[in-house]
Amino acid sequence: MTTLDDVAAVTAPAARTADRPVRRELGVANAFSHGFLLVWAALTVLPLVWMFLSSFKSNGEILADPWGLPETLHWDNWARAWTEAHIGRYFLNSLVVVAGSVSLTMLTGATAAYVFARYEFRGRQFVYYLFVGGLMFPVFLALVPLFFVVRNAGLFGTWTGLILVYAAYSLPFTVFFLTAFFRTLPTTVAEAAMVDGCGHFRLFFRVMLPMARPGLISVAIFNFLSHWNQFLLPQVLMQGDESKWVLAQGLFALSVSQGYAGDYARLFAGLSIAVLPVLAVYVAFQRQVQSGLTAGQLK
Amino acid sequence: MRHGKYPLIVTFLVPPVLLYVVFVVSPYLQAFQISTTDWLGYSAEADSVGLANFRALWRDDYVWNALKNNAILLALVPVLTILLGLFFATMLNMGGRRGRAGVTGVRGSALYRTVYFFPQVLSVVIIALLWKEVYHPNKGLLTSALHALGLGSPTWLGDPRTAFWCVLAVMVWSNVGFYVVLFGAAMSAVPKEIYEAVMLDGASRLTTLRRVTLPLLWDTVQVAWVYLAIFALDGFILVQLMTNGGPNFSTDVIGVRMYDTAFGSETKFGYASAIGVVMFFLTLSVAVLSLRLGRRDRIEYS
Repeated sequence: MTTLDDVAAVTAPAARTADRPVRRELGVANAFSHGFLLVWAALTVLPLVWMFLSSFKSNGEILADPWGLPETLHWDNWARAWTEAHIGRYFLNSLVVVAGSVSLTMLTGATAAYVFARYEFRGRQFVYYLFVGGLMFPVFLALVPLFFVVRNAGLFGTWTGLILVYAAYSLPFTVFFLTAFFRTLPTTVAEAAMVDGCGHFRLFFRVMLPMARPGLISVAIFNFLSHWNQFLLPQVLMQGDESKWVLAQGLFALSVSQGYAGDYARLFAGLSIAVLPVLAVYVAFQRQVQSGLTAGQLK
Repeated sequence: MRHGKYPLIVTFLVPPVLLYVVFVVSPYLQAFQISTTDWLGYSAEADSVGLANFRALWRDDYVWNALKNNAILLALVPVLTILLGLFFATMLNMGGRRGRAGVTGVRGSALYRTVYFFPQVLSVVIIALLWKEVYHPNKGLLTSALHALGLGSPTWLGDPRTAFWCVLAVMVWSNVGFYVVLFGAAMSAVPKEIYEAVMLDGASRLTTLRRVTLPLLWDTVQVAWVYLAIFALDGFILVQLMTNGGPNFSTDVIGVRMYDTAFGSETKFGYASAIGVVMFFLTLSVAVLSLRLGRRDRIEYS
């Protein structure tokens, strides 16, 4: 976006910028900006780099010199975190739950949003606002009754329960965002398809859904991150059976047990394992992630 | 054209509505009803006690202490985050050397943005646990840095005088990057000529920020304010994982209070729901108030 301007700024001869006081002042401003920007970048990156480095150190090294580099790479920390602390299992559990919940959210959210955006029927406004109103309520308010709803449905401590609950609580935002998105799509394509004898269902799956891809991807990324990072809901709805825990719970348990066992390296390795896939997704889809998450706030 | 649309409407709408009504609408409605009972959970016995839970809340010092902490967070987290966000966004978008092209961003602004935004995609659990280690009194990053400089250091999360501020700092840390990107996007929509004119008139950076940038980005700032205010009223996960409200309740927030009341050693579900209802009305009034007080005319660029 600013690259052309930057090139112009860099290639502009220094003499020309130095001969007028205003410009010299702006050159100082540039160093000044970079100074502050670098400090914040360091503040952001340092704890994460420290975490990765510490995951390769022995416990002795961590205690003796927190700022030091590892002498040899202790991959066994990662192995201990993966197997002993069951981070591997929790990681896979999270994958299963999030795959299910994001698919369910997208399917139910997209179909509902499509109906709100494209069809007239009695009570449409009411049902639409029922969904969107959910954006205003803090999850805390629902926590106690939700616990019993899930338990009475026989879904307490099950992945199915988590998947259904994650999806239900993601619907307000998903429906809100996708309804607005479906409304922006041109109606002419749909009309042409109908004239050609395309039914309502085929129209949705073959024409409208492919056209809505950019919007669907943004919401899917948004939902993926919020489900993957969810802590409160599993903490309440997935108590008990440890073998079914999701990653966030496993990390918490690891941190608590670390307090007694003194195995700091294992905790850092566990945290690193949890950060890596998120980092990979972020680096690969950076633009979509940033626009998806910021769009979520602006709408 | 619209012949036979009802089969589609019904098949497309019934599953989401069912899911939503069962897991979202019904719990919210039940919460209000449960908050007027003395229900202790695990047994069906619950007597209606009217507003007794709310009267007990009014006299509950622990709840007031937690609310006080939330109020401090509410006063500081949005202001600090928005100011830092605006500051860095200004640096990124307008801090560049001035060539012929006028106001430019700094070099590497895309890279800065990438780095700044990253905490936003991390799980709050990871942020909380990582910072807990950073603040560790023996082997933590902070303590050992201070020791290396020959300075003593507090015990951070272990000291009731510092723990709260440590948690507050993490809240700001984890949010700033997001708002840098958000404000940056809004700033790039402002015509550059405006800034060039301001610079020619010799306005200082601070004046520019206060008199030009802030009014132009007002809508975005307002949205940021509402979201950060809601965030400050919650703060549950960070506090629970970093300090669990301690030491000596110095970092307690209303969310932790509610969680402990419902799922802690005793299961006072009626009382916990009453706290939930209070949280709901607090959140709602903070959101409505910030939108009302902050209303200004919308600026459109032609």
